[in-house]
Amino acid sequence: MHAFKYHRASSANEAASIVARNGEARFLAGGQSLVQMMKLRFVSPSDLVDLGSIKDLAGIKADGSGVTIGAMTRHAEVAGSAEVRKAIPALAALAGTIGDRQVRNMGTLGGAIAHADPAADYPAAVLGLGATIHTNKRKIAADDFFKGMMETALQPGELITSVSFPVPKRAAYMKFKNQASRFAIVGVFVADTAGGVRVAVTGAGPCVFRSKELEAALSKSFTAQAAAGVKVSDKGLNKDLHASPEYRAHLITVMAKRAVQSIA
Amino acid sequence: MGVKVSMTVNGKKLSSDVEERTLLVTLIREHLRLTGTHVGCDTAQCGACTVHMNGNAVKSCSMLAMQAEGADILTIEGVAAPDGTLHPMQAAFKENHGLQCGFCTPGMVMNAIDFAKRHPVAGEQEVREGLEGNLCRCTGYHNIVKSIVAGSKAMAAGK
Ligand SMILES: Cc1cc2nc3c(=O)[nH]c(=O)nc-3n(C[C@H](O)[C@H](O)[C@H](O)COP(=O)(O)OP(=O)(O)OC[C@H]3O[C@@H](n4cnc5c(N)ncnc54)[C@H](O)[C@@H]3O)c2cc1C
Ligand code: FES
Ligand code: FES
Repeated sequence: MHAFKYHRASSANEAASIVARNGEARFLAGGQSLVQMMKLRFVSPSDLVDLGSIKDLAGIKADGSGVTIGAMTRHAEVAGSAEVRKAIPALAALAGTIGDRQVRNMGTLGGAIAHADPAADYPAAVLGLGATIHTNKRKIAADDFFKGMMETALQPGELITSVSFPVPKRAAYMKFKNQASRFAIVGVFVADTAGGVRVAVTGAGPCVFRSKELEAALSKSFTAQAAAGVKVSDKGLNKDLHASPEYRAHLITVMAKRAVQSIA
Repeated sequence: MGVKVSMTVNGKKLSSDVEERTLLVTLIREHLRLTGTHVGCDTAQCGACTVHMNGNAVKSCSMLAMQAEGADILTIEGVAAPDGTLHPMQAAFKENHGLQCGFCTPGMVMNAIDFAKRHPVAGEQEVREGLEGNLCRCTGYHNIVKSIVAGSKAMAAGK
């Protein structure tokens, strides 16, 4: 990888101001995506600002209505958290399926959603639950956060500090995984929330999206049968060596059906 | 350019002057000459480079040495007792013929020890899932799984 300047930030403000001063600078969270991208020279930041020592960016707080998770909280902590398991079991379960043990010990929630890989798992939970992303500047609703292939609403130098997930009535995540990387070929997060049924799909398109067809069907009848009856369009879905758009469209229905089956 | 990085490796405190871009595995293998930690893929797939950072298994090819500043690092060289007695997980690999060429073995053992601490009575299926981050090109995994089931039991009994 190309040389860069390393900074260790001790507060969110300090981290944001170093990045603001250096146009080509990036935040470093777990490094599970960024270090590989730098080794491959896909990206060559001038400066890296390590968030690892900022204590108040990591941690989990839960109350009756929601769970707030710090941006630097590792996947393994979310998967193993008794509080998350109790409040939103589907979220803890999702975190436990990301990559492998070693990746989960390093990778973070903030890094995962800032990176916004089209096949990443967390975006499905963030959008499916209608979470709120807190940054050093503002709050962003999940519906406004994911903009396209590895594109988010974050402005240059904007730092995610935490994500708040409202507790749903019930929710489940089903993923048809790539056997080698465990990334989602298709992942579907179904949530029955106070504001209605939300269905978020990852892995299938350039970025996570809500399936209006499935939401409409499940709002009428929250049953596996209702999900199974929905034919999802393959228009705009991803095509790669793992699956064709047609197959991905089919998998969306199947994963939604299985998700509902597990909680209906 | 250069930075100073300090950490504890296998119980010994050390400081080293490194380039910012130095990976943890490079520090371990090339600066400290602890070559038991292997590099198989260099792309976070194979787990041959697995070490423990503060007790958690991590892939040392996929993080900067600077990310381990102040941390407690354990490599395969630090696993056996000072008198050479094998760790129960190493002994289980030996007993169950859990290796052939041995290239993947240091990473397998490091991941297995972290796994066993959290799953003391793991069955075969759990072990297979726990091994998702490690690849072996020789054994077909069967004896590795047997080793880890036995090693987990031995570790739990030794506590
Ligand atoms: C072998 C392997 C398998 C994997 N499998 C899966 C999988 O099955 N499912 C899945 O979802 N993911 C998977 N991942 C990706 C993994 O979850 C990463 O941890 C995650 O995508 C990035 O998180 P990180 O903390 O490592 O971020 P980094 O790699 O450190 O950073 C990623 C990007 O986010 C930016 N960033 C980081 N933190 C912040 C912040 N707080 N605010 C703003 N920007 C920030 C960085 O500047 C960088 O651009 C896998 C990775 C590997 C190596
Ligand atoms: S060398 Fe690190 S995972 Fe393969
Ligand atoms: S024993 Fe040869 S790679 Fe595993």
